Amino acid sequence: MGTFFARRLLSTLPVLLIVAVLVFLMLRLTPGDPAAVLAGDAASTEQIAQIRAGLGLDRSIPEQFAIWFGRLVTGDLGQSFYYKTAVTDLIGQRLEPTVSLAALTIVIAVLVAVPLGVIAAWRFGGWLDRALMAFSVLGFSIPVFVLAYVLIWLVSLQLGWLPVQGYKRIADGVLPWLQHLLLPAITLSIIYIALIARVTRASVLETLGEDYIRTARAKGLQEKRVLIRHALANAAVPIATVIGIGIALLIGGVVVTESVYAIPGLGRLTVDAVLARDFPTIQGVILLFSFVYVMINLLVDLSYVFFDPRIRY
Amino acid sequence: MNVLCRLASRTVFPLLALAVALPGLAQAQGSVLRIVPHSNLAILDPIWTTAYMSRNHGYMIYDTLFGTDENAKIKPQMVESWTESGDHRLWTFKLRKGLEFHDGKPVTGEDVIASLQRWGKRDAMGSALMTFVQRMDSPTPDTFRIFLGEACGFVLEALGKPSSNVPFIMPKRIAETDAFKQIEEHIGSGPYTFKRDEFKPGDKAVYLKNAKYVPRSEPPSGSTGGKHVYVDRVEWNLALRDAQAQVNALKNGEVDVIESLGFDHYETVKADSNLQIPKYSNYGLQYMARFNHLHKPFDNAKVRQAALAAFAQEPFLRAQVGVKELYKTCPSMFICGTPYGSTAGSDLQAKSNMKKAQDLLKASGYDGTPVVIMKPTDLAAIQKLPDVAAQLLRQAGFKVDLQAMDWQTLVGRRAKKDAPDKGGWHMFLTAWQTYDVWSPIANPTMDTRGEKSGWFGWATDDKIMELRGQFMRATDEPTKKKLADQMHARAFEVATHAPLGEYDQPMAARKNISGFFVTNGNIYWNLKKNGS
Repeated sequence: MGTFFARRLLSTLPVLLIVAVLVFLMLRLTPGDPAAVLAGDAASTEQIAQIRAGLGLDRSIPEQFAIWFGRLVTGDLGQSFYYKTAVTDLIGQRLEPTVSLAALTIVIAVLVAVPLGVIAAWRFGGWLDRALMAFSVLGFSIPVFVLAYVLIWLVSLQLGWLPVQGYKRIADGVLPWLQHLLLPAITLSIIYIALIARVTRASVLETLGEDYIRTARAKGLQEKRVLIRHALANAAVPIATVIGIGIALLIGGVVVTESVYAIPGLGRLTVDAVLARDFPTIQGVILLFSFVYVMINLLVDLSYVFFDPRIRY
Repeated sequence: MNVLCRLASRTVFPLLALAVALPGLAQAQGSVLRIVPHSNLAILDPIWTTAYMSRNHGYMIYDTLFGTDENAKIKPQMVESWTESGDHRLWTFKLRKGLEFHDGKPVTGEDVIASLQRWGKRDAMGSALMTFVQRMDSPTPDTFRIFLGEACGFVLEALGKPSSNVPFIMPKRIAETDAFKQIEEHIGSGPYTFKRDEFKPGDKAVYLKNAKYVPRSEPPSGSTGGKHVYVDRVEWNLALRDAQAQVNALKNGEVDVIESLGFDHYETVKADSNLQIPKYSNYGLQYMARFNHLHKPFDNAKVRQAALAAFAQEPFLRAQVGVKELYKTCPSMFICGTPYGSTAGSDLQAKSNMKKAQDLLKASGYDGTPVVIMKPTDLAAIQKLPDVAAQLLRQAGFKVDLQAMDWQTLVGRRAKKDAPDKGGWHMFLTAWQTYDVWSPIANPTMDTRGEKSGWFGWATDDKIMELRGQFMRATDEPTKKKLADQMHARAFEVATHAPLGEYDQPMAARKNISGFFVTNGNIYWNLKKNGS
């Protein structure tokens, strides 16, 4: 297990290296000039050239890469062209909103989707099962921004229950934090509820046909116990996989939600950085996303041992 | 089913209920003015960049020697009195009493001189002024003098310049920063102090009332007059960028002012009894199409004239703005109603018609080179203009290559002087705030030095440069007006660019905000919030 963990951790290094090189080169090949963005509309071409030199963009691409990579290996992601702030500081400022949103989304999704999936499998073919299937199709089909606007109109503007936008840090109080995050998290969770519920249903449905379930029922166990302790527990591996993938996708997939709800998270930072051609920030954020993605996959793999004792690394 | 109900009743619904039980959390701030600016604030040095957001940040924390009032007249601001020698070469200025930087130190003539020197290295009008300046000195702490090599007629216009780059006054130690490096400290003597520790790029910027600020006694007007602050704190919401979300937040009372209301939302806001659309501008903004003078076909003045004749303003305004009461046609490159708002020589466009455009194009020898128009797809404020331009040019007989891209790609590409088929361009369309184009000196399109010239498009015309030089030296208004007319007529003759009409960019606010006045920009003093 320890060797497996160490080996997987080491395997992240070449992945991150490839990502670093690809992102660096792709950004340099993308049209657009950070210096022109910074200079403003009325700036002259000479002023833009001066800013470009100041940013080091007048150097050759290999030279720029060498400087950036040299800093990267020391843990320095460089300074944002746009904000003139260390990229690590920027990411630090934006991490909490995104992690909060992703965590609450996944909590809501799991708490709603897993029971729904289990019950749908239990009542296979019944109205609840059909309703769940219909809901999941709907959940997959509605674009996040449409759902967001509908929920804002209903919950915030008509009912006045929750704020339209913004984010409060958890240090400002749990309740304001929750109040600002609930609607975005519900918005974002719908698609994951649909996904996790479908996988749970399929997985539990498969286990419900197993001999040990029939045996458990024959022993006279309560249906609830059969469903949770026997069916769900044995169906957990694919569910854990899809939840893990969901978390990884969420980290990078919060862009639209953060934009509509004006949450100053990593998604918003990424959009701003791309629009401003803020190369160091884009590189830093993508490296972070890649690292998180790899780590979540690792944790999912490790979770299999917990859910299925037969699995050994 | 019971499992589901119990689960829901124990998790989701209590969370919702909890939230419902906490109404109005965001509204619990009495004297905080919450503003949604038109864009993100990234650069805190308003001299280093010409970005409007940095300029607006500057107005919050810095003061200016002079300002421009709502009728485009220059008025004193930090200056109490001034004299001008008979030969117009020596200007002596006395500063107002009580001017103090946020760090408690008094504003002195030395601070002013250092600030003007740095500004003069970055700003186009400042650079022009510095070509006349022999030296500056400060004989007493509250006095400074400008010695000119020869008379020039735009000293006050330059010092009172209301838009980027504004000559904001900073402490000498900050103003001595290399003009090509951004300043690190943000201390001014303006009506607000900047809360650096609360500034989160892309999230919010916070300004506190400067209790020590002594406003002028005159009523506020433009960037002049009394800068009274009636709120304790101003917060710029930099995260709220989605137009619909902005309006939702305004309706819900989560923000107080939207600086730039989308035209699509104008009628909605107007119809809402809790909201208002305050008048803050007399002149608005101007749309403009800029030709690239370096490459064919627009290296030929006759081809540019054909395009100008095709560009009737109404179609652009109708497509982009749509709300009749918010726009007007005006064939002036210097904005109708301003001191130099000439229409001289503009008949070609003012009386434009497609037949004339077609005839001009035929007579020009146009060889069918496709015209590359850059269309920014992500900038709602101008994204429809290129479509109209393309259609009108096609009707006139041009071949058009309309290329879609994001604004930042456009901004990068327009700085390239390469041929259009090698990554360059023929035309882009943009919008200017009045004060960036109303002066024949500040208007970047009037710098017609060709490739040496600062602004994209690189027009070449010696006659305009000669007139511009005379304008700079003219010291009486009738002469300046006459020269402005001549420049305007010449600019139309050589078709430097095409003005595409003027419009008001509406601002939206909640009804409990009062004290709006004509600023012709984005200025946030004199505003009162009900209860504060």
